[in-house]
Amino acid sequence: MSSAIQILAPDGSVVGEPPGLSEAELRGLFVHMLQIRCMDGRMLKLQRAGRVGFVGTATGLEATLVGAAAPLRPEDWLWSGLREGGAAVMRGLPLSEYVAQMYCNANDTAKGRQMCNHFQHKGTNYPSWSSVIGTQITHGVGAAFASMRRGEDTVHAIHFGDGATSSNGFHSGLNFAGVWNVPAVFVCTDNGWAISVASSEQTAAKSFAAKAAAYGFPGYEVDGNDVLACQSAMADAVERARRGEGPTMLVLKTYRMLGHSSSDDPTKYRSDEEVAAWAERDPIARFERYLIERGIVEEGERAKLEAQLLTEIDAVIHEQEAAPPMALKTLVEDVYAEVPYHLRREYNDFIAVAEKLGHAQPGDGAFPL
Amino acid sequence: MANLTLIQAVNDGLRTVMKADDSVVVFGEDVGPKGGVFLATEGLTADFGDSRCFDTPLSEDGIIGTAVGMAMNGLRPVAEIQFQDFIFPAFDQIVSEAAKLRYRSGGQYTAPMVIRTPYGGGIRGGLYHSQSGEAYFAHTAGLKVVIPSTPHDAKGLLIASIQDPDPVLFMEPKALYRSVKGEVPEGEYTVDLSTLRTVRQGGDVTIYCYGAMVPVVERAAAQAAEQRGIECLVVDLRTLMPLDEEGVLEAAKQTGRVVVVHEAPRFCGYGAEISALIAEHCIEYMEAPVRRVTGFDTPFPNTLEHHYLPDDRRVLDAIESVYDF
Repeated sequence: MSSAIQILAPDGSVVGEPPGLSEAELRGLFVHMLQIRCMDGRMLKLQRAGRVGFVGTATGLEATLVGAAAPLRPEDWLWSGLREGGAAVMRGLPLSEYVAQMYCNANDTAKGRQMCNHFQHKGTNYPSWSSVIGTQITHGVGAAFASMRRGEDTVHAIHFGDGATSSNGFHSGLNFAGVWNVPAVFVCTDNGWAISVASSEQTAAKSFAAKAAAYGFPGYEVDGNDVLACQSAMADAVERARRGEGPTMLVLKTYRMLGHSSSDDPTKYRSDEEVAAWAERDPIARFERYLIERGIVEEGERAKLEAQLLTEIDAVIHEQEAAPPMALKTLVEDVYAEVPYHLRREYNDFIAVAEKLGHAQPGDGAFPL
Repeated sequence: MANLTLIQAVNDGLRTVMKADDSVVVFGEDVGPKGGVFLATEGLTADFGDSRCFDTPLSEDGIIGTAVGMAMNGLRPVAEIQFQDFIFPAFDQIVSEAAKLRYRSGGQYTAPMVIRTPYGGGIRGGLYHSQSGEAYFAHTAGLKVVIPSTPHDAKGLLIASIQDPDPVLFMEPKALYRSVKGEVPEGEYTVDLSTLRTVRQGGDVTIYCYGAMVPVVERAAAQAAEQRGIECLVVDLRTLMPLDEEGVLEAAKQTGRVVVVHEAPRFCGYGAEISALIAEHCIEYMEAPVRRVTGFDTPFPNTLEHHYLPDDRRVLDAIESVYDF
């Protein structure tokens, strides 16, 4: 990874120019990284207990999420893939909404319609991902075009993984972005694996970052386990976009420490040695050493911080365990702005049966036709 | 009132909304200075500037994907897909993204956008400049599918589609672009997106059609009246999704004899839905089996396209067969 931008070496020593962040800001990055790991741990436990259906973890990727989200303003957009939920929480997605979405319950702002791990937060411009690989890339480019056309200095951070570099959306999106010179940063998190296919099998190009040149803008590789490198590279790319100088692609090279999801067994396709080698490069441990050396975090403080974070997460989980039942009318609402005649009739046919069987709740009654 | 061709009415509709609403942007392949391969967008770049009407790189997936993003962030995109046959690279964006966005986000994000695209045969365009893919899209929850057949409706339905809060696929019958002319009101007006149009009154046989098949059916209905004294009720569906189901059933009940005409293939085509609706909801009114007159279940031909496309003789035969049943 000699060509990748790096500020902290795996042992925490400084090998590049650290960004000018205050002690409080540095500490904030650390806490957000811990929060992501704590949430992953709790969600996996809930999945094992059958309380949530699916978890796509970000364990090992904490530096990419926190580092890349840190330079964004609240009005900037973050276009997500599967694993950016922690960045949404960092930018303002309430933990209660995060957990409600994992439960897909009636408190979920998406009304339980998406499977778990597909977060959204309108307040900080974080639309949810569909599950289809690469489709959000052109959305981000179109939305960046809209921001630019209104003369705003809003920036669009468009996240995707190494596998998505093979998608139609990657090519269309980066090509349109270059031609239109939109204020976007393409954040490719190369975590080594697209489910079971190694990132080396996605392309014959020397690097994913090299692809940016074909679209007429710069691309850089960044050590994705170095939160300061991620923050610094992203800050530069975001400011370049904000100045109207066009898009940048960053490839954050990291490693997905766990399976693709809670349904995946990674031992089938990768070696324990490979995982162990990446564990040595753990992004949280690396940053912790840096912070301890500077007296920003104390030795042993991490455990206390994690205990606090888990208490907070557990309280929210407890609260979300008891959500009201999902309104049956949500079956046919939000397909269109107004429920059209044919859907009202379909629902009415359905609810007549549900009422007969005693499955309907108060308020589930028929639509006027 | 102006006497316009259908394509002039489309152009007039675009101008009308672009004047009224600065957030409306028109883009696609060759739609800029050239004005589109059929000239639907002629003069828009000159009159509104290249930030309002502009060319894109040649990628349907890119055009529709970026349109979704624009719509999510405050613009009203009107994207052109040069021929409906070329829409399939964007199928994923239309079906997986634009159509599902409101639902999957619980109404937090929406994609108010219009995809304009010329469809249908009759120009000797072969397999890839002639298709009628409306069934793929009418099958997609969250999408509206609109097909005008007159200049008046082309403008009014287009304005309604652009102002609509949901994504609309606006399919333009290219065979009618310059072959039909009609009175078109000046300025802004809309045609409702879920109301059929009664083209001709009659009490003997009901014929459902849309787009380029409407003039074909009108000719057949005139011949049926002239030659046999059979009076046909001709219905132009105009909006395939959402469909005016009550209007469809009412029209079927009026005659008890039904013909459905479309140029798209028959199997799982739109006529199957009309037929099933009638079977489910008013079969007791039926005096004869429903007849469908459609394109073949083949790829679209080239040299023999005039045999592939339903014509007035085939429609007349169907009218007579349900009438004589």
